[in-house]
Amino acid sequence: MGETLLEVRDLKVHFDTPDGVVKAVDGVSFTVERGETLGVVGESGSGKSVTFLTAMGLINRKSAHVEGEILFQGRDLLQLPTDELRKIRGNYMGMVFQDPMTSLHPMYRVGDQIVEAIRAHEDVDKDKAMEQAIEMLDTVGIQQPDERARQYPHEYSGGMRQRAMIAMALSLNPHLLIADEPTTALDVTVQAQILELMDRLKSEFNVGVVLVTHDLGVVADVAQKVMVMYAGRQAELGPASKVFEQPLHPYTWGLLESIPHVDTKGTRLVPIEGSPPSLIHVPPGCAFHPRCPHRFEPCDKEVPDLKDRGGDHPDACHLSIEAKRTKWAEREARRRKATA
Amino acid sequence: MARYIARRLLWVVLVIFLITLITYFIFFKLPPTDPAVRFAGKAPTPEVIEEVKKSFGLDKPFYVQYGLFVKHLFLGDQYGWPGFGFSFNTRSPIKEVLFDRAFVTMQLALGAAVFWLVLGIPIGIISALKRGTKIDRAVMGFALFGVSAPVFWLGLMALFIFWQKLHIIPGSGYVPFSESPAGWFGHMLLPWIVLSLLFAAFYARMVRGTMIETLSEDYIRTARAKGLPERTVIRKHALRSSLTPVVTMFGMDFGTLLGGAIITESVFNLPGLGTYALRSAVEGDLPVILAVVTFAALAVTLLNLVVDITYAYLDPRVRYS
Repeated sequence: MGETLLEVRDLKVHFDTPDGVVKAVDGVSFTVERGETLGVVGESGSGKSVTFLTAMGLINRKSAHVEGEILFQGRDLLQLPTDELRKIRGNYMGMVFQDPMTSLHPMYRVGDQIVEAIRAHEDVDKDKAMEQAIEMLDTVGIQQPDERARQYPHEYSGGMRQRAMIAMALSLNPHLLIADEPTTALDVTVQAQILELMDRLKSEFNVGVVLVTHDLGVVADVAQKVMVMYAGRQAELGPASKVFEQPLHPYTWGLLESIPHVDTKGTRLVPIEGSPPSLIHVPPGCAFHPRCPHRFEPCDKEVPDLKDRGGDHPDACHLSIEAKRTKWAEREARRRKATA
Repeated sequence: MARYIARRLLWVVLVIFLITLITYFIFFKLPPTDPAVRFAGKAPTPEVIEEVKKSFGLDKPFYVQYGLFVKHLFLGDQYGWPGFGFSFNTRSPIKEVLFDRAFVTMQLALGAAVFWLVLGIPIGIISALKRGTKIDRAVMGFALFGVSAPVFWLGLMALFIFWQKLHIIPGSGYVPFSESPAGWFGHMLLPWIVLSLLFAAFYARMVRGTMIETLSEDYIRTARAKGLPERTVIRKHALRSSLTPVVTMFGMDFGTLLGGAIITESVFNLPGLGTYALRSAVEGDLPVILAVVTFAALAVTLLNLVVDITYAYLDPRVRYS
């Protein structure tokens, strides 16, 4: 516990498109430590995936302007030559993607694809690497792993493919595991299994985990730290227990209210009005203000920074801490009443 | 797999039946003139025509005639197996000539295939990897030229420049390899290049397209995320998927070419199946037309079978039962 693996400082990722500059990530800072899970939450287009694809060096740097620093164990990944970054990728940082159906190469055996990952970084012969691969498949809970290793991805179910992806990402004992919406494409029952697996492997391998998702419920189960993103910026960032107990940003409130809950059975879910803004024409001031029921004077003029505003964790909302406490309490009370 | 191949071979036989039936119908039955009159020569007397009809079985009903043709094809005729009959014009057996000419066409097709694959695939890959750059635009400009330049023009220009003006090429026509390997090569080189340019351009565009599509696949991102060198990502992961459709195209194109490349053969004066088909059609040499069509159909259907079998080996998701 404690060692800082990833430290992102004021990261900006802007893409040039024929329609204008897309500000996919616009000034984001956070850290990930060994042994902890950071849950990154936000709607589609909030910049959560781009942040971590940039860290992995998987965005096209030719069409993107990247500013800021991404320090991985003290080294700035943005300054590293391609080949140095490649050595870190896979070896020290593993990544699991959203759609296990398309993320494995359809024409190669699953075992061989894991072997390939191992041999890209370690000087071992094929048989030895295959042993490691089979062991890894066993670790992620795939039955008859030696037989399964010889099969092709299309012979796997969706959940098993995601397990295989996790096995591949962890086969080199990375220090950091980035999972980009790993459960979105899976059945609910399988989702829980995959999350449980990742949680178990986190302790077993003592890795830092980043869990990118649009589902706060998923984060609540496994994350120690939560980062809420909106329109390429951070809305709030804090320990999971505190964010769920006393959320500080109206966007987080909206997200929490739109999750179905056992005790809200029979009541209508409250959606957040409107839709996420275009990242080319981000609203002035707080990007969330057009959809925010609590907006007031400075919201459409001043951009609120993410900082300590008197709550117990940093947030980016102009409301005073008292207003935040009362307004959230009111909304909670209204929801409880509707349930009762 | 064996059962699949057996079933497909039965289909090949059926297709050959149908194609020959249609061809037979079109050339022997539909035209207002009598094939016997065509054969009998200038100003034939009715007696001669009657005799010709009798000796070729042309007096019998259509289905009997066709039945005879099929019987000869499968069981052989007086000239051996497979029985293709004899030419109305030269009054000699077709089989020998057909096989000789098929051999010439095969050499032309094989050589051209090597050229267009060696040229088209790397160009397509480079173009896809350098998408939007000057290299890409230059290469695609060449491809557009290759696709649009007609073979008869390109062939004649090539002959004019390399034969007439520069004297690099010994001439047109065909020299068998057994006679003079150097002469054979000198005579085949231009036809190979000219014929391959069109295909090379077409293949370059196709490979570029499939490659660009493949590079945006999720599994390519996975390969990069594993930390594989970019070389491996391209050569092993992207190429495997983007070349699979090329195999399909190649099988079909090659099969079609084996049936004769009429324009290339005409321009370079090569005695292949294409010129054979052309001449027989112009002269109304019906048995020859039938023989060439049968041969070409066989080449196309068999190559298609080969493609489908290869495909199952290339793409594990395709399994035939």
